[in-house]
Amino acid sequence: MDGLLVKNGRVIDPANNRDGLFDLYISGGKIASIEPCTASVGNGTAENVIDAKGLYVLPGLIDIHTHLREPGYEYKETIKTGMCAAAAGGFTSVACMANTEPVNDNESVTRYIMERARGGVNVFPVGAATKGLGGEVVSNAGELKMAGCVALSDDGMPIADGGLMRRILEYSKLFSMPVISHCEDTLIADGGVMHEGFTATRLGLKGITRVAEEAMVARDIMLAELTGGRLHIAHASTAGTVDLVRMAKERGVNVTAEVTPHHITLTDEAVIGYNTDAKMKPPLRGREDVEALIEGLRDGVIDCIATDHAPHSPIEKDVEFDNAANGIVGLETALSLVWGLVENGIISRDCAILRMTSGPADILGIDKGSIAVGGDADIAIVDPGKEWLVDPERFFSKGRNTPFSGWKMKCKVVTTIVAGKVVYSG
Amino acid sequence: MRLKRKDLLDIEDLSRDEIELIMSTAKSFREVSDRDIKKVPTLRGKTIINMFYEPSTRTRTSFEIAAKRMSADAINISVSTSSTVKGETLKDTAKNLEAMNPDCIVIRHASSGGPHMLARYLKCPVINAGDGTHEHPSQALLDLFTVNDAKGRIEGLKVVIAGDIAHSRVARSNIHGFSTMGAEVRVVGPPTMIPVGIERLGCSVVDSLEEAIVGADVVMMLRVQFERLHRPLFPSIREYSLVFGLDTEKLKKAPPDVAILHPGPVNRGVEISPEVADGPYSLILDQVKNGVAVRMALFYLLVGGAKE
Repeated sequence: MDGLLVKNGRVIDPANNRDGLFDLYISGGKIASIEPCTASVGNGTAENVIDAKGLYVLPGLIDIHTHLREPGYEYKETIKTGMCAAAAGGFTSVACMANTEPVNDNESVTRYIMERARGGVNVFPVGAATKGLGGEVVSNAGELKMAGCVALSDDGMPIADGGLMRRILEYSKLFSMPVISHCEDTLIADGGVMHEGFTATRLGLKGITRVAEEAMVARDIMLAELTGGRLHIAHASTAGTVDLVRMAKERGVNVTAEVTPHHITLTDEAVIGYNTDAKMKPPLRGREDVEALIEGLRDGVIDCIATDHAPHSPIEKDVEFDNAANGIVGLETALSLVWGLVENGIISRDCAILRMTSGPADILGIDKGSIAVGGDADIAIVDPGKEWLVDPERFFSKGRNTPFSGWKMKCKVVTTIVAGKVVYSG
Repeated sequence: MRLKRKDLLDIEDLSRDEIELIMSTAKSFREVSDRDIKKVPTLRGKTIINMFYEPSTRTRTSFEIAAKRMSADAINISVSTSSTVKGETLKDTAKNLEAMNPDCIVIRHASSGGPHMLARYLKCPVINAGDGTHEHPSQALLDLFTVNDAKGRIEGLKVVIAGDIAHSRVARSNIHGFSTMGAEVRVVGPPTMIPVGIERLGCSVVDSLEEAIVGADVVMMLRVQFERLHRPLFPSIREYSLVFGLDTEKLKKAPPDVAILHPGPVNRGVEISPEVADGPYSLILDQVKNGVAVRMALFYLLVGGAKE
C-alpha cells in the first residue's frame, strides 16, 4: 500500500489551531486522517510507519524567496542541489527567482525549471517582472502564469522606473500574481557595500543608507494603492520599512512583506573583519532595525520569513569585500535560526511556524502551509531540542557562503515529506 | 624589541605602548638618513615586496628607501606590471608570492580590508600602506612622530583634521593614533564629507574651519581626492577652496605656533594655499623625511630585530 503513517508526533499547525499528539495517515499524497494518538495503532516499525515520538510534526515550510541558479549558474547551485538543501531545511515548497541565465522571462525557461524540479520539494518559479530583468519592458506575465509562475519579480535588479512599476502592478492584476519588489534606489545607495553607520565608517566601507530601501518601499506602496495591484516587499531590512508597511496595511493597501532569518539575527557588526559572508543586499542593519523587524513579525506587519537563499562559489566570495557578490545561503539554517528566537522568547512558536508556512503560502496563493484532511501531505518533522553545529561543508547546497558557520543551533529537521513521500531523512 | 604582532594593518589595533615603541625606534633610525653612507646591515638577506595596487609616489618610495637603507632586497610591484590585469585574484597573488618566501609584504590596495585578506593567507608580516578608505597606519605613525618631534609631546594637544574625512584613510588612522596618545581630535569638513558616526572613533565634529582651528596645536589638511569622488561632494573647487581651503587669512585664527601637516600630494590652492604649505609653520617636508625613519622602524620591529 502506498500509505504512510506518522504516529505519536506532536502536530503543531497554528493555522488550524491544532497542537497535540496526533497520528497522521497519508494516502495518495494527501492527508487522509488526523486522529488523536492511541496505543491501539501498535508500536511496530513497519516500513510505512514513521514514529515521531518526542518530535514536532509541522506543515512543510515554504520559502517564497530562493535562488536556485539553474539554468546558467550551475557551478553555484543546481535545481537538484537546491531542492536537497530545501528538503534538509524542512522546506517542502520554494519559489525560485528569475535571475538565471537565460532569465526566466518566458515559458520555455519556466517549463525547463519545472521539468528539472520533478520529484522532491515543490518548486514554484517566479517570473521576471520585466523582459531580461532589464527594467524597461513588462514581461509576458500571462505566458509566465500559464507556464506555472506564481509571482513576478526583478529581484536583485530594482525597478528604477516608477512609471513602469505602475504598469507592472496594474497588468499583473489580470493574473492575480503578486509583484515581489526588491526595494533599493540605487542612486541613493550610490555604490554602497554595507549598512551606513558607525561600523561602515570604522571599516572604511561605503555605506547604504536605510533611505535607499525606504524611498522605494514608499513609492511602491503608493503605486500599489493607486493601481490596486498586489505588492510584496522582499527582504525588509529597516525599521522605516516596517513603519511604511504598517501604515499601508492600516489604509487597506494590498501589500505584504517578508524578512530573512539573517536580518532578524545579525547586525552590520557581522561585517567586521571584512567578512564577505555577511555581505548582502539589503545589508545587515542596526540593532534598532532588527528589533523593529521582529516587532513587525510578531504583530503581523511582516507576513512571512523568506531565506533569500543565494548560493555563491568562492570565486565570488573569496575576494576583497568591495568586489564580493551579495547574498548568503539560507535554506539549511533558516528554521534553526528562527527557532533560536523562539527559544529566547523573542517570538512565539506559533508565530514562527505561521510565518514560515501559511504566511508565504497565502502570498503566493498556493493551497499549502497547513495540515488538514484532504490537503497535500507536505510535512516537516523536527526535533526542537536537538542541538547541531553548522558546518557548511556538510550542506546539501553547493553554496558554503554563510555567516553562521560554527554556530551551535537548536531544532533539527528529522524528516521532510512532500506529497506523502519522504524527501529527506536526517 | 619586536612588536608582538605579525602584521601592521591598522592603528585602531595598536596600544599606546606599541605606538611609543615604534616612535622611539624610528628616532634611533632617523640619523641613518643623515649619514654619508646611508645603509645599515640590519635586514641583510631579507626580501621585502612592495605591492602597490594604487598609484603612489611618496609612500612607495619611502618604503623602498627604508628597506634599502636597511640592506633588504626590495622588490616593487605596481598594478600595471602585476598579473592582476590578467584577472588573478588577490588570494592567488598572495599564495604565489608566499611561494617565493618573502620576509615582508607591504601592500597598498584600493579596497578597504585588502591587506587584511592578504594577511590571512600569508605567513610573513604584512604592512598596510593604505587600504581603500580605511586606514593608512604608517602615515599616521609618521604624523605622530613629526608632531611629537615638533611639540615635544602629543598628550593634551588639540589636533584638527580638515577636509574629506569620509574618503580619507589618513583621517581614520590619525583619529585613532592621536586619540590613543591622549590628544584631542577635531574633524572639520563639508557635511557631505563627514561619515556617519565618526565621533565614535574618538573625535568631535566641527562645521567651520575657522572655528575648528582656534586654539589648535596641529592642523592637518587632507587632500581632496578627486579620484575617489564619483559624484561631487562639493559644488566646485573654487567653492571648496573658499570655505575649506587653509590660507594665511584663515590661519590667523590659529595660535602662532600652530603646526601644519598635509599627507601629500598637495593640491596647491585647493585645500591649502602655497603660502601656508611653504610657510614657517609647515611640517610637510618633515613628515616626508620622518616617513623613512618610521618605515625603517616598522621593518625592524616586524621583520628584523631580536626575536623574543
